[in-house]
Formats: sequence, structure tokens, C-alpha cells
Amino acid sequence: MTRELDVKIKRGGDDGGYENFRVPQRENQTVLDVVTWIQREADPTLTYRFACRVGVCGSCAMTVNGRPRWTCRTHVSKVAGDGRLVIEPLENMPVIKDLATDMTGFFEKWQAARGRFEAAISRDDPLVPILPDSPERRAADAAIECINCAVCYSACDVVSWDQDYLGPAALNRAWAALNDVRDGDRAGLLRAVSGDAGCGNCHSHQSCAEHCPVEINPTRSIAGLKRASLVALLKGER
Amino acid sequence: MNMRLYFLQRASAAILALLVLIHLAVIIYAVQGGLSAEEILGRTRGNLGWGLFYGLFVVTVAIHGSIGLRGILAEWTRLGRRTVNGAAWATAALLLVWGLRAVLAVVGEGAA
Amino acid sequence: MIRPSRNHPGFWAFLLHRLSGLALVLFLPAHFLVLGSAINASAFDAAIAWTDRPLVKFGEWGIVVLLALHMTGGIRLLALEFLPWSEGQKARIAIGIGAALLFGAALALGLV
Repeated sequence: MTRELDVKIKRGGDDGGYENFRVPQRENQTVLDVVTWIQREADPTLTYRFACRVGVCGSCAMTVNGRPRWTCRTHVSKVAGDGRLVIEPLENMPVIKDLATDMTGFFEKWQAARGRFEAAISRDDPLVPILPDSPERRAADAAIECINCAVCYSACDVVSWDQDYLGPAALNRAWAALNDVRDGDRAGLLRAVSGDAGCGNCHSHQSCAEHCPVEINPTRSIAGLKRASLVALLKGER
Repeated sequence: MNMRLYFLQRASAAILALLVLIHLAVIIYAVQGGLSAEEILGRTRGNLGWGLFYGLFVVTVAIHGSIGLRGILAEWTRLGRRTVNGAAWATAALLLVWGLRAVLAVVGEGAA
Repeated sequence: MIRPSRNHPGFWAFLLHRLSGLALVLFLPAHFLVLGSAINASAFDAAIAWTDRPLVKFGEWGIVVLLALHMTGGIRLLALEFLPWSEGQKARIAIGIGAALLFGAALALGLV
């Protein structure tokens, strides 16, 4: 095959410009393959982030032809039928250089949304039995496979309008934690997700669910947090 | 938006859903054969039921509209937080005062 | 220019809901002022007579359709947030808009 892809890549920082590359098209080629080819064969100064290449680590998300995607599992043939690719960094996070964004704020919001487990008992206590088909376990299951890729965060309009908003990934994680019956700080969690920057800001555009590569539905999780926070408010628990 | 505002917004929405449904039904009924002041006031004047209906309508819409506008200003303009909250309060007050005045005008016995 | 990541029914439904809500909150003060004039029946009659021209009629029809759209959109959002999740969210968007437009068509028949 001698056909070439017409690839436009955002270079530099937030005020950077675009650079064009011609990349040989192959039969089985992901967007990450294209970026890697450019760095190895055309311009070794191109900066991007990746690790596992198989859709597990969540490092390689970029904006591809205007949509946030996991580039290692996005086939060029599926997204660039006309042979044109525009590759940009994710939105809603500051750009470090080229295609690599600074995800610090994104991960800080996981902490702010109480995205960590708070143990109620110690390792000396007996294990808590959790039935696989209990409602809580099922709700947690639906939210738990997140790979922290920030595709939803990049797609979220509310984040783009309000930089403080915790965002779909962090709130989805909080919903999984809220449904973990072993978690010992339900009140603290609901406090963390229901403040000025919390779940009440979500307008249910569902862009997060639309673009999530592992088909999680953060809108659904956030709706659950809204209900739980509202019940807590009306019961005077917070 | 904190949970107190969220609650007010959704509670007013739920009430408004029902009130608007009735309002739309009245509109489609009232426009048959053209609108006239006589017809409208004949329905509302001295009617406590319509008075309570429109009174509740005004109160809930003042809550719902002002919180909605607050969200738009906060997300789509660069206005500061205090300005946005001030605008929301002013909107609520304006809708409440003018709205209740309108209810009194159509429900009160008034000057013929 | 719409960002490709926003080009899906959920975003368009949001935009419709927000813009219809904004239009309604801007329209309401005028609505309340006109109704407030009903304290005097002849002034109210004059106000209603003023609205009896094609362009104003069309505007009124438009604002009532926006009210219907905002209501069906709002009911959809309340169902999304407070009822068990349904995978049919896009169908619900279509049903809500369809019902509101159907109402708009019926209202138009009553107006002409």
C-alpha cells in the first residue's frame, strides 16, 4: 500500500499551531500508531503520552477529528475514511506540550470527590459478604471499569464552562464508592459530591456517556448521586 | 450548584410541569374563537381557585426562572459570582412582584 | 461552529432547553405587565387588541411552543434524574420534542 494519510497535529502549548505530516497508510493502523510513526520517522520532538497500547492504562487519549478518543484502540479506517486526521490534545486540561496534557487537576478532583475507599473495619475483622446480584453491587459494577483516561472530562461542557466542577469521572468514581457497602464514610462522601462544584451542576447532556471508550455512563451515576444527596439534604443529614 | 439550589430548582420544576400542562390546555381552549378581555376576566375575576393557581404559578416560576438564569449567567458569561447571584435575586423579585400584581389584576374584582 | 464532540441528541436537547428557558424568562415580565393592566378592563382590551396582528400572533404562538418544549424537556430531565435509568434517552428526547410540536400544530389551527 502506498497511500498516505494527511495528518494535522497540534504542536506547542495552548497558543501553539498546527503542523502537517504525510504518514503511510496501513491496513491495520490505530491513531496511536500514526502518532508513533511521526515521532519515530518524521519529528522526534513530538510529545505524547501512552503506555499499554491495549486500552487498559488510559494514558493515550487525544482529540481525534474533534472527538476525544482512546487512540490505541481507535482504528484510522474507522475515523478517517477520507484519509484526513486532525489530532489535538484533550480539552479542559492545560497543555504541557503538543499532545500531552497536565492531568493534575483531573486527578485532584478524584480526591476532592472522595474517590478513595474509607475503610469502616480493620483487616482483623471478618470479611464483609457482598452478594454479586445485590442492587448496590450491580450499581457499583456499572461504574467500576473506568480507566481514568479523561475522555469524559474532555467532552464535558459543564467542566469547560466551570473549571471547578468535579466532572464526570470523579463523580462516577464517587458513585461506585457510595455503593460499596464496606465504605465507612457515606456522609463525608455525600458532602464531598454535593457542594457548589458537585453533582448538582450536571445538565445531563450525556456527552460523557456518548464518548466513554469503555461504555460507562457517568450521567447515570451522577443522577444516582443527585438522588442520594437530595435524600440526605431532606433528611437533614448534612 | 449546591443541593439547596438543586432542590429548589427540581421541586419548582415538578410543580411547574403540572401547572404548565394546565396552562397549555387553557390556552388552546381560550384561543378558540379569538381572545377577549371579557372572556379572560369572566373566567378569573373573583375566582379563588384560579387565584391560587396563578399565585402558585408565579411563586414557582420566580424560583425556577431565577435559578435557571443564574446558571446561564454563571456558565455563559464572565460575570463574577456576586453579580450573578445579585442578578438572580433581582430576577426573582421582579417576577414575584410583577407576577403577583398581574394575578391581583385578573382575579381581583377591579374597576370595570 | 459546533464541536463534533457535542453533535449528539443530548447536547441539542440541552441547548433547546436552555434557550427556550431563557426566552421564557425574558418574556415573562412583559406577560405580567400586560396582565397587570387588567386591573382596568378597557386598558386590558386595548392591550389584547394590540396583539391581534399577524407578527405578534406568530410571536405569541412561538413563545407558547417554547413553553411546551421546555415542559416536555423538563419532564424528561426529571424522569432521567429521579426514575430508574432507561437506555431509551434519545427516543425520549424525540418523543418530547414531537409532542410539543404536535401541540404547536394544534394551537396554530386554533389561532387561524
